[in-house]
Amino acid sequence: MISAGIDIGSITAKAALVDDGTLVATRIIFTGYNPAAAAREVFAALLSQTGIPEASVRRIVATGYGRASVDFAHKTLTEIICHGAGAHFLDPDVRGVIDVGGQDSKAILLDANGQVENFAMNDKCAAGTGRFLEVMAQALQIPLDQMGEISLGAETPVKISSICTVFAESEVISMIARQKNRRDIAAGIHISTAARVASLAGKIHLGPPVVMTGGVAKNKGMVKALEDRLGYTITVGAMPQENGAVGAAFLAAGI
Amino acid sequence: MTRTDDKENRKIAAAKKMRDIMTTYYLDALSASQNNRQVAWITSGGPVEPLVAMDIIPVYPENHGAMIGSSKMGEDLCSKAEEMGYSTDLCSYARADIGCAVVQGGPIGGLPKPDMLICCNNICGTVLKWYEVQARYYDVPLFILDTPVCHTGYFPETAAYVKAQITEYIGFLESVTGKKMDMDRMNQVGHLSLEGQKLWQQVLKTTAHKPSPMSAFDAFFFLALIVTLRGTRTAVDFYRELLTEMEDRITRNISIVPEEQYRLLWDNLPVWHRLKWLSQKFSDHKACLVADTYTSAWCGAIQYIDPENFLDSIAQAYTRIYLNIGIDQMADQILDMIAFYDVHGLVMHSNRSCKPYSFGQMDIMNIVRKKAGIPVLMLEADMVDPRSFSQSQIDTRIDAFMEIIQHKNRPHTRVGPQTDTGRKAGAR
Repeated sequence: MISAGIDIGSITAKAALVDDGTLVATRIIFTGYNPAAAAREVFAALLSQTGIPEASVRRIVATGYGRASVDFAHKTLTEIICHGAGAHFLDPDVRGVIDVGGQDSKAILLDANGQVENFAMNDKCAAGTGRFLEVMAQALQIPLDQMGEISLGAETPVKISSICTVFAESEVISMIARQKNRRDIAAGIHISTAARVASLAGKIHLGPPVVMTGGVAKNKGMVKALEDRLGYTITVGAMPQENGAVGAAFLAAGI
Repeated sequence: MTRTDDKENRKIAAAKKMRDIMTTYYLDALSASQNNRQVAWITSGGPVEPLVAMDIIPVYPENHGAMIGSSKMGEDLCSKAEEMGYSTDLCSYARADIGCAVVQGGPIGGLPKPDMLICCNNICGTVLKWYEVQARYYDVPLFILDTPVCHTGYFPETAAYVKAQITEYIGFLESVTGKKMDMDRMNQVGHLSLEGQKLWQQVLKTTAHKPSPMSAFDAFFFLALIVTLRGTRTAVDFYRELLTEMEDRITRNISIVPEEQYRLLWDNLPVWHRLKWLSQKFSDHKACLVADTYTSAWCGAIQYIDPENFLDSIAQAYTRIYLNIGIDQMADQILDMIAFYDVHGLVMHSNRSCKPYSFGQMDIMNIVRKKAGIPVLMLEADMVDPRSFSQSQIDTRIDAFMEIIQHKNRPHTRVGPQTDTGRKAGAR
């Protein structure tokens, strides 16, 4: 049986297809201002990419912040359950997921069956999310996808003391004015973000093996900063951004 | 049956009567000076019975704060206090009250001017400064009843200390009113207070029935009388009637949540400005918040009350309330409630305003997860200030929490189509 998962995030829309317990393909597009249209578009793109006719897809689960706007889904599930399921199916030994997306970050504790035991999410604040990094990359005038690499060359990471994104941005701008090294500032930003995310993991007593998902998992500097903070290794799968959609597709097969 | 009929059928009839009683109560309070009666502002956990015995009308800024929150007027009044220089970190009841005193706003145009203020710090430390501010603003006498925190128990030193203050309290009231306390009347009020608290407790206990005849959202509403009219015949009569209605609902199997499947326990004050939304949200998941730690606080110290020796016994009863005990004892009470009401999960409101209630919730959460093994959800919000409420975040948290509860209560279901041979399911 073929099932699909659609994950409508604040920045990107993801879709995944699963056929009899095997992942077939995934797709990512930008969400834009219309989540319902993005859902249809990413699903159509995935179907045309795989050549699978829509009628063959028996079950669809929608997840993510825009899950309610996916009118063709059979069921909606939260991204917490879907990220847990996605991580579990890709690696059944995983006991924890750290997901850092565009507008929220979360830590998810899994039991041996891949069921969510507990979770913690960021408070009403951009600190510790992808958006925070985006704002900081802009202030530093470095492309977001290069920020991780650049930070790895840091010698003495700066200390960012503000938790608030707006104040942290001013702090970064003043550091640029004082001609602090970009690499050191970028590393400092990652350390500050990692501290916020690690506190979520600590709240629910997350322990290894832990996998990191979400767009921010592609940032090597963030992964390193998190590992340093948590004191254990974090794995990043081949498709961290699509993990929620993959989980949704696997869960769709079971509904 | 149509949806509207069904909703009508589930409504609690006593709600109308309760609204009428509260309207009368506030009209009496607002017209007190015209009727030569005195008004005392008192904290929600303060000993009100001596006021009732001396025919002083007690008025509760906290109950008023709840009304301000429910009428969604909290943001404006809190902002007013912030303009006056009070911090956004200050309790929103205090901010709303301080703002309201100046602008005479809110749902009833402000509280009647007090003749005296009675502040008991068994619920928090904020009330001390809050009441001092109001005592200066209104230029009226303030009585402070200091109840030490009972981390592990109640000791003779504490007992003597609080008892001495109860005696001072009576002296204070006699001096402000210029009247002697009538001890027979005091005893009568003491009996009525205890009777009212016992009835309130019985009402709350009816929700152990499956399905539950009412929810914590109803308890948040019906609580008003045991707070404001404790020690009066009105409260006793009302709760007797409410109890009869609950027992009748149980006999006729009328639940407040249609097709109740999941039972939850709530911790901390309500989010007054989002009651309807939250109630609907849980109800959509067929979940009923059957009990809470907040409303039960007004009948949690019954065992210490001796109606034959009322004034002496309330020293202990008012000192050993839920918010004035140690975290371990709070956790024990929550574990007892989890067992008694047979709940599937605990929802904790991390209330930005209420520090004594919210501090320690992480520890309680860990104790509950370990000892009761049920899922616990933490929601960050504020009882009155809507600026601390993020709907989409709370929406996702509640959905995820309910998904966990649903999975946990379907013993034979595992996540997805996993089999022993299908474990390497993913393409990495």
